[in-house]
Amino acid sequence: MEELGQKVSFDSKRAKEMVNELRGSFEEGKTMGYEWRVEQLKAILRMINEREADFMAALHSNLSKPYFESFLHEISLVRASCSLFLKQLKHWMKPVKVPAAITTYPSTAHIVSEPLGVVLVILTWNYSFMLSLEPVIGAIAAGNAVVLKPSEVAPATSAIFAKIFPEYVDNSCIRVVEGAIHETTALLEQRWDKIFYTGNSRVAKIIMTAAAKNLTPVILELGGKSPVVVDPDCDLKIVAKRIVVGKWGCNNGQACVSPDYIITTKSFAPQLVDALKSTLEGFYGKDPQQSKDLSRIVNSEHFGRLTRLLDEDRVYDNVVHGGQRDEKQLFIAPTIVLDAPLDSLIMTEEIFGPLLPITTVNKVEDSFSVIKSRPKPLSAYLFTKNKKLEEKFAMTISAGGILINDTTLQVTNPDLPFGGVGESGFGSYHGKFSFDAFSHKKGVLSRGFGGETPARYPPYTPWKQALLRDLINGSIITLILALLGWPWRE
Amino acid sequence: MAEDVGFDSQVAAKMVEELRSGFRTGRTAEYEWRVTQLKGLVRMIDERETEIVDALDKDLKKPKMESFLHEISLVRSSCLMALKQLKQWMKPVKVPSLLAAHPSSSYIVSEPLGIVLVISAWNYPFLLSLEPVVGAIAAGNAVVLKPSEIAPAVSSLFADILPKYVDNSSIKVVEGGVAETTALLEQKWDKILYTGNSRVGRIVMTAAAKHLTPVVLELGGKSPVVVDSISDLKVAANRIAVGKWGCNNGQACIAPDYIITTKSSAPLLVDAFKFALEKFYGKDPQESKDLSRIVNSNHFARLARLLDDDKVSDKVVHGGQRDEKRLFIAPTLLLDVPLDSLVMKEEIFGPLLPIITVEKIEESLDIINAGAKPLSAYLFTKDKKLEENFIKNISAGGILVNDTTLQVASPHLPFGGVGESGMGAYHGKFSFDTFSHKKAVMSRGFGGDLPARYPPYTPQKQKLLRGLLSGSILALISAIIGWPRIE
Repeated sequence: MEELGQKVSFDSKRAKEMVNELRGSFEEGKTMGYEWRVEQLKAILRMINEREADFMAALHSNLSKPYFESFLHEISLVRASCSLFLKQLKHWMKPVKVPAAITTYPSTAHIVSEPLGVVLVILTWNYSFMLSLEPVIGAIAAGNAVVLKPSEVAPATSAIFAKIFPEYVDNSCIRVVEGAIHETTALLEQRWDKIFYTGNSRVAKIIMTAAAKNLTPVILELGGKSPVVVDPDCDLKIVAKRIVVGKWGCNNGQACVSPDYIITTKSFAPQLVDALKSTLEGFYGKDPQQSKDLSRIVNSEHFGRLTRLLDEDRVYDNVVHGGQRDEKQLFIAPTIVLDAPLDSLIMTEEIFGPLLPITTVNKVEDSFSVIKSRPKPLSAYLFTKNKKLEEKFAMTISAGGILINDTTLQVTNPDLPFGGVGESGFGSYHGKFSFDAFSHKKGVLSRGFGGETPARYPPYTPWKQALLRDLINGSIITLILALLGWPWRE
Repeated sequence: MAEDVGFDSQVAAKMVEELRSGFRTGRTAEYEWRVTQLKGLVRMIDERETEIVDALDKDLKKPKMESFLHEISLVRSSCLMALKQLKQWMKPVKVPSLLAAHPSSSYIVSEPLGIVLVISAWNYPFLLSLEPVVGAIAAGNAVVLKPSEIAPAVSSLFADILPKYVDNSSIKVVEGGVAETTALLEQKWDKILYTGNSRVGRIVMTAAAKHLTPVVLELGGKSPVVVDSISDLKVAANRIAVGKWGCNNGQACIAPDYIITTKSSAPLLVDAFKFALEKFYGKDPQESKDLSRIVNSNHFARLARLLDDDKVSDKVVHGGQRDEKRLFIAPTLLLDVPLDSLVMKEEIFGPLLPIITVEKIEESLDIINAGAKPLSAYLFTKDKKLEENFIKNISAGGILVNDTTLQVASPHLPFGGVGESGMGAYHGKFSFDTFSHKKAVMSRGFGGDLPARYPPYTPQKQKLLRGLLSGSILALISAIIGWPRIE
């Protein structure tokens, strides 16, 4: 057991020891019982309530995340999840009865949810609290032992997890491992029963390849360029507010479900730009660097990445708002770019920052082919009053999730599965989907010793075959005869 | 189509590109297209049953009854079920809306993934090819089927007749071995379903990782059968025997692999088996028409090696005869083999049935849990407590009490493994789901705007939202009427 805070080298050997320990706990049945799971969830809830200030401070330290955002997007969501789980867990844990096939009569059939075993949750830096705990809660609720690997890019939250978490939960079954590539690699060399990863597609490929060695199933929550289509037939004032708060009000654009770029008509673009400008001023003032309500860029590496997107030749000239930056403060102003070339970096890479390109098309319907020609995103947004357009969008645009007339809210509905498709990932979670994601759904068929069908056994004769053929085709008379044990001769 | 143009990565890429353009037209997503394909498959089964049975006989010497019962009828039922349920399955599912996002509506849309690859196995070459294909089609995808080269007659039958019954521009058959499979695996698929062994399963998943392609891996394992002394041993023996030797002569992923019973029951069980085996296959099973043969000499040699293991040389209590030329191994029982013998370490996939004995039947659970998680686990007992204990504590793909192998016939149970026996599941609606993307859709109007949501963030706004999110009715009401009106 390593001392908290001590930097003992976490290599493959230590990782193996830890996994063996957790597997031992799991095999003893520690995590299986309802009471244990409830205890952990209650402890986490207590932790959130008692240590809210500590977590908020850490989030602020990582990203200058406004307290308001930390509360709304991180703390309150996790708290709501815990409460939901505590309320529903007993129900979720019950076996589900399903119809038994007539051909196996008499029998009963159930689907039983059982824990997978020891799971690894690898976290990311932008919603370092919420994205850490949300999957962990799911794993615990499903009865697994869990190892949590917070992101080193959010060191304050990582450290705080490592310190506070063990004070509340059962350490023999739930662990936090801090570190970076070296430690993550050591973890990935072990055999897990499931790996949950939130992050980017480059690392996701590495993780899935490592998982393949042990046939470990994975959930990959990745990103992409989430487009926002704005139809001129909309309430522009509200559209602007909802886009701005979804972009810059979510970790300053550093969110996987952030509106990445906008598509609107050539004729409507000027009005949209004006509306966005005036909304931005209303939210963040004339000098956004003075506003307390904007997160910072997480580190200088990402700052460099974003300035590279902005400074590309054909892009910089198209800036219609913002563009100011302060490297020392890791600040980039909310920036709008109009009609950057479709093959520019800002239009091909996931932005994950406060830059918002607007691409224009002739008719709003043309936006569909723009989106479809690109990798499937995690989210796709549409603002319109036109119901037909809405229907077409919802049914034909493939994305992890779709939201009409707002941004980012889809993550807050626990009855909707949250996950990607194609390049944006696979698997999903939130609410009961989290419980299911970390469970094995075991089919159970139960018979008695009666209901013998002699026709089933060799030697196979033509009339046995005829009987079974009729039975399978649903002939009632045959069923009755079969149940009576006909043919009686063998 | 029968031309042997080298199917390399370039040809594979071209084919995938073609399928993808076809998919982008939206053709496969349409209800009518899916129904036409499924009806085509049913017609194919009805019109070509004799050829299918002949091909299975050629590849596996599979008894006609098994071909009908385990392969043809199961696929046919699947098609019929999909045809009956498809409209319902395709409907978006409404889910509760989020109060805090009021007014809004939320629903889940099932959409096709795109282009899927189905890699089939040799032991149930018809079923394991078409069952996943039915699911893929029902979910609106374009499909490439790669049948197993170890069952060449069925493979070439597919290549020949499938295009005559389904839309060849979106459903393709690619024949071949390792080279062709590798070429296919280098492409980007939207999902891959693989049935086979865990070694190749790892290769498939590693290849899929390069494109972030989700996979379903239907693998195997050693499916144990626990026989409690409180059982009807005669019925148990019948049901185990037909599940073992009556399923492709033990060459089935869910075949009972080995038995665990009490020392006291073992002799009675062995006798019951001997009785059943003679009744089923006669005194000389080599003469019986009702046993599949071993698929090829590789597998014959593999099974012979298990039998010839020193550790089991004196454990054979029934059978053991073999005929290499005719790829025949008699139904063989082994009693009290050591746990470290080859036959207890590897998946048998053949007509050998080892029986392990324990003092108390509860010990069997520890033996099973010490090994890798199997695809199926079976228990014969009248003891309800033991049954409950077994279901609760044995982790397997699926569990069946008081019978064997029938769970695959139930379209309402997900069929798939866990741990070493695989990931993902299908059959029935689970097939439709596994080949779909469940897309979350939330829809709002322009009303219900909440000023407290927008910057600049004030303590007042935070208080309001805190109240809203805590479910306070007062806070909700004031939020809905748009108070405080701070702009």
